[in-house]
Amino acid sequence: MNKPVQPSSAVTTEHCFTLSGISKSFPGVKALSDVSLALYPGQVTALIGENGAGKSTLVKILTGIYQPDAGEISVNGTPVVLSTAQEAFKLGIAAIHQETVLFDDLTVGENIYLGHAPRNKVGLLDLKAMHGAARVVLDKMHASHIDTYARLRDLGIANKHLVAVARAMSIDSKIVVMDEPTAALSAKEIGELYELIEFLKSEGKAILFISHKFDEIYRIADRYTVFRDGALVGAGLLRDTTQNEIIKLMVGRPVDHIFPSRKANIGMSVLSVSELSHPTEFEDISFELHKGEILGFYGLVGAGRSEVMHALFGITKTSGGKISLEGVPLKITSPAEAINAGIVYVPEERGRQGVVIGLPIFMNVSLPSLDRTSKSNVLRLKEEFDLARTYTERLDLRASSLSQDVGTLSGGNQQKIVIAKWLATSPKVIILDEPTKGIDIGSKAAVHEFMAELVAEGLSVIMVSSELPEVLGMADRIVVMRSGKIEEIFENKNLSPETLVKAAAGILQ
Amino acid sequence: MSAAPTVRHIPDRLDKALTSILLSWESLLVLVAVAIFIANSLASPYFLDAYALSDLTFNFAEKALIALAMALLIISGEIDLSVAATMALTSTLMGFAAQFGVGTFGLVIIGIAVGLACGVFNGFLVTGLGLPSIVVTIGTMSLFRGVSFIILGDQAYKGYPESFAFFGQGYVWGVISFEFALFLVAAVIYWFLLHRTNFGRRIFAIGNNQVTAQFSGVRVKRIKFILFCLTGLMAGIASILLTSRLGSTRPSIAQGYELEAITMVVLGGVSILGGAGSIIGVVLAAFIMGLVTFGLGLLNVPGIVMSIFIGLLLIIIIALPILWRRFGWLIKA
Repeated sequence: MNKPVQPSSAVTTEHCFTLSGISKSFPGVKALSDVSLALYPGQVTALIGENGAGKSTLVKILTGIYQPDAGEISVNGTPVVLSTAQEAFKLGIAAIHQETVLFDDLTVGENIYLGHAPRNKVGLLDLKAMHGAARVVLDKMHASHIDTYARLRDLGIANKHLVAVARAMSIDSKIVVMDEPTAALSAKEIGELYELIEFLKSEGKAILFISHKFDEIYRIADRYTVFRDGALVGAGLLRDTTQNEIIKLMVGRPVDHIFPSRKANIGMSVLSVSELSHPTEFEDISFELHKGEILGFYGLVGAGRSEVMHALFGITKTSGGKISLEGVPLKITSPAEAINAGIVYVPEERGRQGVVIGLPIFMNVSLPSLDRTSKSNVLRLKEEFDLARTYTERLDLRASSLSQDVGTLSGGNQQKIVIAKWLATSPKVIILDEPTKGIDIGSKAAVHEFMAELVAEGLSVIMVSSELPEVLGMADRIVVMRSGKIEEIFENKNLSPETLVKAAAGILQ
Repeated sequence: MSAAPTVRHIPDRLDKALTSILLSWESLLVLVAVAIFIANSLASPYFLDAYALSDLTFNFAEKALIALAMALLIISGEIDLSVAATMALTSTLMGFAAQFGVGTFGLVIIGIAVGLACGVFNGFLVTGLGLPSIVVTIGTMSLFRGVSFIILGDQAYKGYPESFAFFGQGYVWGVISFEFALFLVAAVIYWFLLHRTNFGRRIFAIGNNQVTAQFSGVRVKRIKFILFCLTGLMAGIASILLTSRLGSTRPSIAQGYELEAITMVVLGGVSILGGAGSIIGVVLAAFIMGLVTFGLGLLNVPGIVMSIFIGLLLIIIIALPILWRRFGWLIKA
């Protein structure tokens, strides 16, 4: 399957930029191991891989934000060190991210020339020259509709992308990295972006294009590089391969993590959701969750999975639909009501939404259960400690004491505290949103094992996950969402990862 | 399930090292208070006198009452700059009522009700409409005092009933003034509320991470609304005491009290960013501010110079622990 990178007959055969033998580790995680990548002038190389495959890490190395532990980067054959973002930018590497990292309160011209603006004789900014030059760059890109004096804040996301590209053009960047640039764009804007990419190609830029969407990859890319678990698994010309082969490269993995084997003991329906809708994020969401079941939610980032969960938990208001728990219709308008009903939510953003950093472990665990640990609203510390100890010890938390600030714990241990906090409320339904994102292998296994224990005890679990092995390893049934709708609901029996990836991309059948 | 390993026992808390207790904010404040007390008694022969010390309490009790509620509000991540204006409006409306012969009991009811109403108004604007509290209360600061000016102009209300003077001038037991006794009782209540109840715990949770607090079922808006009401209520009570003590109302009454109350809160170790603090710290800070202003008063230092001292004191006490943390290793090494 692994094809060597072959010179192509298109525009030129000379690669202008290479990464070779790049490795990068973070505490507990090997993000990239010995990967190589070449970019060619006038060509688009698509970087493909599941979430967590190492794509973002590579982009950060390319743009000088991270330093690789090993490996070599060279531009036009000359080895370079990209020690800062400025340096990478000056060497001609420009990046366009999902959400632009420009400055909302500066003008378009200032954003384009920030850091390399023309100056007048006394060293002050020459605003007139700057806006003039910005005008020229934008016009060249057929973006004459953008006013260089407009504040970036007032532009739509598509136009912000244009400004980011103009910034790259203003220093004559050789390499343009696009990290899921279409994620937040409308269909029309995506069309305009394609035109822009064609323009960049004609200008001889080398483009690295990161996307989860196969239709776009086939529409604009010339080459592909596939990463899996931080390693290079394949690269070559797109016209020499098929979509199925690429999907196989993406998902075909050796078993690196044993999921707990369990005998599903699925009972009657507990949670029933019908035709749940939101003005913009999702519509017509209907599913049943049974007692003792793990229901997986798979889909691309932005498919609306978290938003549905937020609605079930009372954070997001819905525009219609019904939710009932054990046959009783529920009207959930706040998390407090959801918790009282027995629905709890372990959020994706652990630090911002899951734990209260600054408070000790036991206070975090007891927070939703204070009404039970207290007596006529007066705190009883002993009850709180007992509650916290019961659940944290069950989850095998590693902490020196229950009075330790949660901010001093690792991500995996913080996640255990969030889960402990919810178990202490004796919920009926527990929603886990990317429960093992960014935590080490050991804690991952502990969380998976614990999920198996919970359902064995008759709890019902909804698990939102973008990790295929996790979904396939844990879920009894899998809901695949795409663009705010349910694409398909699968029984997890003899289900292939390819099927899930295709359903999520809308190319099943 | 998998073979459970032997359960790892996690202790409730580790024994605190004696040094960490000695280096706590509250201990630092006690030291400062004692130092100022000694300095005062050396500087003025009139200081060490029971009635002088009792007079001292009048210097801070009114502001300190507000500081108690303000501490809770600031810990929750909000602030109320309109408390002094609330006092002015409350005093003005009490004075207005007194002109029509309303008795002491009626005036107290009016004082409490007006203060509370101002708090409700602030609370509604912040939690109901989702506006930032610093902007809202800068606005109501002008609004409330502006209303006082419209009602009073350059006049003053006098003629409060004789029995009304008790709140600001009376003594409950020996040299213990009513103001001081009320402050002590309120301090105990607020201490209990903040450190011993679910309500207090939720305030800390909100101040440290409002989103997680909400995601954990804490009714964030309701709690913040209650805190604005409590702050307005305390401003109303403080206004009753001040009006009673002065025996008259001008629209400029209690000018600058909001900053002194906030100074007490910050000096008391409450994080201005929210999430941390203690009532004991605020009480100690109130005493320190009272000692400083009273001591300087005995030495005939004019008010303007006094505010310089208070400002310096605040900066020094806040800076010391930060410098200690940053350069402490130099001393140890």
